Amino acid sequence: MEALTDTTVEIDLSQSTVRELNAELHAPTSKSYRVSNSRGLHSVAVGIKDEIDVEIDGDVGYYCAGMHQKGNLTIAGMAGPGVAENMMSGRVHIKGHASQSAAATAHGGLLVVDGNASTRCGISLKGGDIVVKGNIGALSAFMAQAGRIVVCGDAGEALGDSIFEARLYVRGSVASLGTDCIAKEMRDEHREELAQLLKDAGMEDEANDSKYLDSFTRYGSARTLYHFNSGE
Amino acid sequence: MRSPEDRGLRESAIFDKASIAAIQHAAETGIYDIRGWGAKRAVPHFDDLLFLGSAISRYPMEGYRERCDTDVTMGAENASKPMELDIPITIAGMSFGALSAQAKEALGRGASAMGTSTTTGDGGMTDEERTHSDKLVYQLLPSRYGMNPDHLRQADAIEVVVSQGAKPGGSGMLLGQKISERVAAMRTLPEGIDQRSACRHPDWTGPDDLTLKIQELREITDWEKPIHVKVAATRPYYDTKLAVAAGADVVVLDGMQGGTAATQEVFIEHVGIPTLAAIGPAVRALTEMGVHRKVKLIVSGGIRTGADVAKALALGADSVAIGTAALIALGDNDPRWAEEYEKIGSAAGYYDDFQAGQDPAGITTQDPKLAARLDPVAAGKRLANYLQVLTLEAQTIARACGKSHVTHLEPEDLVALTIESAAMTGLPLAGTEWVPGRNGDL
Ligand SMILES: Cc1cc2nc3c(=O)[nH]c(=O)nc-3n(C[C@H](O)[C@H](O)[C@H](O)COP(=O)(O)O)c2cc1C
Repeated sequence: MEALTDTTVEIDLSQSTVRELNAELHAPTSKSYRVSNSRGLHSVAVGIKDEIDVEIDGDVGYYCAGMHQKGNLTIAGMAGPGVAENMMSGRVHIKGHASQSAAATAHGGLLVVDGNASTRCGISLKGGDIVVKGNIGALSAFMAQAGRIVVCGDAGEALGDSIFEARLYVRGSVASLGTDCIAKEMRDEHREELAQLLKDAGMEDEANDSKYLDSFTRYGSARTLYHFNSGE
Repeated sequence: MRSPEDRGLRESAIFDKASIAAIQHAAETGIYDIRGWGAKRAVPHFDDLLFLGSAISRYPMEGYRERCDTDVTMGAENASKPMELDIPITIAGMSFGALSAQAKEALGRGASAMGTSTTTGDGGMTDEERTHSDKLVYQLLPSRYGMNPDHLRQADAIEVVVSQGAKPGGSGMLLGQKISERVAAMRTLPEGIDQRSACRHPDWTGPDDLTLKIQELREITDWEKPIHVKVAATRPYYDTKLAVAAGADVVVLDGMQGGTAATQEVFIEHVGIPTLAAIGPAVRALTEMGVHRKVKLIVSGGIRTGADVAKALALGADSVAIGTAALIALGDNDPRWAEEYEKIGSAAGYYDDFQAGQDPAGITTQDPKLAARLDPVAAGKRLANYLQVLTLEAQTIARACGKSHVTHLEPEDLVALTIESAAMTGLPLAGTEWVPGRNGDL
């Protein structure tokens, strides 16, 4: 990493291809990149595996930041389906809204969505964290195994269906809970966890506001589906 | 005592002993049967085809002396590092979890000795298999258990699993006994639970999304690796077309007889179409798209012998994959464990309770004591021997048909032995020029 320059490298996707962009990001020469004219292109900045900062100035299509590791990626726009899917570590920040399956199966790292996230947010989550400042759509946290999801707005239908050990914190209303997902007690450790996640997402004021923290409900697994003989 | 038959008693063909036992089991437990292995019922299969060999109108090749090549390359069109296999027989995806670490290592050793690949499974990549498999295909399954971009980059090819022949539309299962600490950690699950994998991919639905998913995988791995798409044999013509349109380098087509580690019996026996019936439509799809033998077709489900391999290739496949047969070669169902099979309510040659984790042969288990019974080196050698025999058998047939490469075998080398197999494969019934539904009345 020492060899990397501090100068931000500009990549214009109306001049360069997504392939060229990703090839550069996989063997970075700089610590920071600014990408313009992303125009809803797919697979933008996928497979990053180094401690680099990437700022995308515009909307992205499918799978932006797919399988992200280590780096710090900001999308100043909207993100299409599967943004940060299977993220392992690092941070992805969407300043607009996110489409379906945001951070699906993420094993680690943090996804922050300033706007809303559509259906299946955090589906099959495996240890990653998600903070959505707006609302999330139906079937979010479906089969979520581990990790945390914070929703500052409302959650859609069937939240946490067939959930395993992921923890969900929702401030607003929940349209309906999925099978085997129940509201749970907020103990001190959960308040601390929630406050830390809000801080990580840049919501310092809210994290220090105990009334704000009080307005969340925690959801998780009733664990009645863990064995086959216990009701299909 | 005289057998019931000797005493003139008659078993019902409809309510045979297995059906009666299944009803009794259901009545007693209220739970459907889950088991491993593949379909046990008889379905039209490669046995229903015959090779014609050579005669006055066709020249054979000299056995042993004249070359008959067996190599096959995956992904030459798109991947900067295509996967080159020495033989057209690969080891199908079987998860660590379903199999012991020793079994995975043995598969790697056997396959590597013969210059072919193994495949991970629904549970991620272990060091054992990466170390011992020279060529390793990494599966991307709906569950994404243990999915790791580092492993993706370490793989020699990537296989997007849509479905499996034993359970098209279903998903992986791993019962509590097999969710050991290590398996649970790899899958991010609580230890000891009965695990059901997702049956749909979490971040794509439908063929258009699949196109973008494949593009993403190529981008992440810098267009180095061949991308396989594995699909159960159900609507092979359409699924092959869609997989190719989505950008697959390899289509893996798994017939209904295909093995499984754990699936509901009703699923194994009643969903999907036989391997034999699936190859023709898939080859037709590839041919119509102008990519037959460019986009590779791997066929699996019930491959046992070199004759099965040769017949699959002659029908248009580029390679086969084996699951059950590979496990048998390692030592599954070995008579030396006969007594122990009896103790757990089965018998050598019948054992299919792969879900239970009590495998006396140490293959489909996570019990360290049982697993320690499998010597990966010896078992790997057995697998290599078996792969060697399959290859020699396929070459024997190919030479007899005058072919200098096993993939030069063609439908014209085959005839069908039954009307069903003729109808399914479009091959003429032996001794006739009749293909049901094509020329003349049905
Ligand atoms: C023990 C066992 C575990 C399996 N696990 C997987 C798996 O994880 N992923 C997958 O795609 N297929 C899995 N399969 C199916 C095989 O990949 C393959 O499709 C099938 O075994 C081929 O049929 P055959 O057993 O008749 O050779 C498994 C099969 C067996 C026997």
